[in-house]
Amino acid sequence: MLSITNLHAGISGKEILKGISLSIRAGEVHAIMGPNGSGKSTLASVLAGRETFEVSEGTVLYQGTNLLDLSPEERAREGLFLAFQYPVEIPGVSNMYFLKTALNAIRKHRGEEELDAVEFLALVKKKSKLVEMDQSLLNRPVNEGFSGGEKKRNEIFQMAVLDPKLALLDETDSGLDIDALRIVAEGVNKLRGKENAIVLVTHYQRLLNYIVPDFVHVLQEGRIVKSGGKELALLLEERGYDWIKEETESVGSA
Amino acid sequence: MGQPNGRAAGKSRGGAVNRDRENMNAQEQTDWYEARFGRWESGMNGESKTPLHSLRKAAIGSFARTGFPSTREEEWRFTNVAPIARVPFVPAVSAEIPRLERRDVERFLFAGLTSHHLVFVNGRFLPEYSSLGELPDGVRIESLESALRRDQGEVLRHLARYAPPDQGAFPALNAAFIQDGAYLYLPDGAQIEEAVHLLFIAAGDADPLLLTPRNLIITGAGCRLSIVETYHAVRSSSYLTNVVSELLVGEGTVIEHDKVQAEHPHAYHVGTTQIVQHKASTVVSNSIAVGGSIVRNTVATLLAEEGSHCTLNGLSVATGNQLIDNHTTIDHATSNCTSFEMYKSILDGASRGVFNGKIFVRKDAQKTDAKQTNKTLLLSDDATIDTKPQLEIFADDVKCTHGATVGQLDDEQVFYLRSRGIDEVDARDLLTFAFAGDVVSKVHVEPLRDRLDVLLHERLRQGRVTGIE
Ligand SMILES: Nc1ncnc2c1ncn2[C@@H]1O[C@H](COP(=O)(O)OP(=O)(O)OP(=O)(O)O)[C@@H](O)[C@H]1O
Ligand SMILES: [Mg+2]
Repeated sequence: MLSITNLHAGISGKEILKGISLSIRAGEVHAIMGPNGSGKSTLASVLAGRETFEVSEGTVLYQGTNLLDLSPEERAREGLFLAFQYPVEIPGVSNMYFLKTALNAIRKHRGEEELDAVEFLALVKKKSKLVEMDQSLLNRPVNEGFSGGEKKRNEIFQMAVLDPKLALLDETDSGLDIDALRIVAEGVNKLRGKENAIVLVTHYQRLLNYIVPDFVHVLQEGRIVKSGGKELALLLEERGYDWIKEETESVGSA
Repeated sequence: MGQPNGRAAGKSRGGAVNRDRENMNAQEQTDWYEARFGRWESGMNGESKTPLHSLRKAAIGSFARTGFPSTREEEWRFTNVAPIARVPFVPAVSAEIPRLERRDVERFLFAGLTSHHLVFVNGRFLPEYSSLGELPDGVRIESLESALRRDQGEVLRHLARYAPPDQGAFPALNAAFIQDGAYLYLPDGAQIEEAVHLLFIAAGDADPLLLTPRNLIITGAGCRLSIVETYHAVRSSSYLTNVVSELLVGEGTVIEHDKVQAEHPHAYHVGTTQIVQHKASTVVSNSIAVGGSIVRNTVATLLAEEGSHCTLNGLSVATGNQLIDNHTTIDHATSNCTSFEMYKSILDGASRGVFNGKIFVRKDAQKTDAKQTNKTLLLSDDATIDTKPQLEIFADDVKCTHGATVGQLDDEQVFYLRSRGIDEVDARDLLTFAFAGDVVSKVHVEPLRDRLDVLLHERLRQGRVTGIE
C-alpha cells in the first residue's frame, strides 16, 4: 500500500529525515517509536503533504502512484489520513460544516453521491457514538477551546467519518485519560481491516496493549534504526533508546 | 456661528461655476457649496425663517470656515479626501427624485423585515415603497421631513445636539443640507419587535450628487429597538453620501444598530453615527462596509451615565483601489461602564484600510472595562492597513486592553483543512469567511445576518475579494 524508499526531507536546508525506507501492506498495523525530535512528526507531515518540508531525495509510492506528486487534498481523497499530534484550532468554522465539506469532497472524488444534511447527521451520530464524542463538541468551531484530550478524540472522530485507507496517528494517545485511550483504541481497531493500514506514532507501550501492532520501528535522528515485532516495544519500554544507539554505533564501527 | 455666510456671493455665482472643472481649490470648494446653499435657500417658501434653517445656516458657515480636511490634519492623515473635495457635487435637496421601478427597491428589502421599512432615494423619503407599520402608543417612525413639518420644536430638541455641525467638515456639510432622513421616537417602555429597516438608494444619472440623509433616533427608558441602515445604488455616476445618524439611548434601553454600506464602487461615502447612552443602557453597533471608492465611517458613543455597555463591531471588505477608513470613539465619561470593540478588515488588490480606535476613560470613569481588537487579513501584497489604537486613560482603577493583528491566512489552518480533502481555494475561502463571520455572527437581526452570509459568500471567492458590480 505504502512504500517509502530512502526518503530525505528537511526544512530550510536542515535535513530532518535522513534516508527512511519503510513498506506497509494493507491489513498491517505499524508502530513508530523514537525519542523526541527524531523526526516522527516530520515523516507524518511529509506523507500528508505539508509543503513547508522539502523532499530532497527518495520516493514514496502509495497504491502504485507517486504520493509526492499529489496535493494534500488529493492524498486525503485517495484515503490518506493524518491525525495530528497538535491539531490546530480554527475559530469560526464549525466542526460539522468542516467535516461535511471534507467528506463530500472525498465522496465526490470516489464517484459517490454527496450526502445531504440528513444523511450526514445520521452518519455523524453513529460515528460520534463509536468514539463517544460529546455532541456539544460537534457544533463548536473546529478544536477551538477543546481540551487536549478532546482534540485527540476529535481527530479520531474525523477519521471514523472519513474512513481512510491509510491512517497515520501521531501520538494520538498522548494526553488521553485511561477511558479515552480505550475508546480511541477501539475506534482504531474498528477501522482495522484487510483493506486498511494504520501507522501509530507513540511513545508508550500502553497503547500497543490495546492496538497490537504487526511491526514496531524505531526512528532515531531521522533514520529507522531498528524494526521488529510487538515485543520490541516492550523492550524499549524497559530499556529506553540508548542501547540501540550503542548497538548501531558498534555495528557501524565493526 | 452667526457669520453672514456668503448668501449674496452664492446667488450671483451659483450658475457660473463650471461643474465639470476638476481641481477646484479650497476657496472654490467652499464657495461652491455656499452658492448651492444660497440657491436652495432662495427657493424656500417661508422655511428660511425657521429655527431649523438657522441651524443649517450655522452649519454652512461652519463648513465654509473649515473647508474639507487635508491629510495634514492628524484625523485625516491616512485618508486623502481631495478626490471628493474637488468634485462639485450638487446637493440633492432641490433635485427631482428619480422614479424607481419596484424591483429596484425590492431587491434591497428583506423578506423577513416587512413591518417597518423606510425607503429613501437620494436621501428623500419615498412613501409608496415604505411601510411604517403598526406602532405602539406614542411611538413614531416617520421621515424626518414629516416630523419637522409636524413639530419642529420636538425634533430640534435633539437634532444636531449629539453630532453638532462643528464636529467637522462632513457633519457640517450634512447639517447645512438637512432635509430628510428617518425620525424614530420611542417613549419609555416602548419595544419594537421587528427591526426597523432604513434603506438608502442612490439613483439617477444626472450630475455628481451630494446626498445628505439625516437620521434621528430618540429613545426613552426601558426601550428595545433594532435598526438596520443599508446603503445601495442603482446609479453608476459619481455621488457622495454624507450621512449623519444620531442616537439617544435612554436608561436601561437596549439598541442594536446595524449599518451595511454597499454603495457603488465609484461612490464616496462619509458616515457619522453618534450615540449617547444613558444609565445602564446597552448598544450593539455592527458596521459592515463593502462598497464605495473612498469611505470614511465614524462610529462614536458617549457612555454618559453609569452601568452602560457598548459593543462596536466592524467589518470592511475591499479590493481594487478602495479605501475604507473606520474611525471609532468610545468615551467612558462615567464609572462602571464596559465596552467591547472588534473591527476587522479583509483587503485584497491595492485596497487600503484605516482603523483609528479612540477610547477615552475620563477621570471619573473608575471600574471601566474596555477591550479593543483590530484584525486585518491581507489577501494581496499590495493591500495595506494603517491601524492606530488611541487610548487616553485618566482614571486609575480601570481595565483597558487593545490589540491589533495584520496578516495572511494561517498556513497551518489551511493545511489542516486540505489534509481532510478540502480544496486549497475552498479552504482559503472557508477561513476568510470565518474571519468575517466573527463579526457577522454578532448581528442579531436574522434576515440581515442571512443576507450578509450570502453577500460575503459572493464577495469572498477563489481566495480573493471580488468587486461589486
Ligand atoms: N518547522 C520547523 N522548523 C525547524 N525545525 C523543525 C520544524 N519542524 C520540525 N523541526 C525539527 O525537526 C526535528 C524533528 O521534529 P519532529 O517534530 O519530527 O520530531 P518528533 O519525532 O515528532 O518529536 P516528538 O516525539 O517530540 O513529537 C526536531 O529537531 C525539530 O525541531
Ligand atoms: Mg512529534
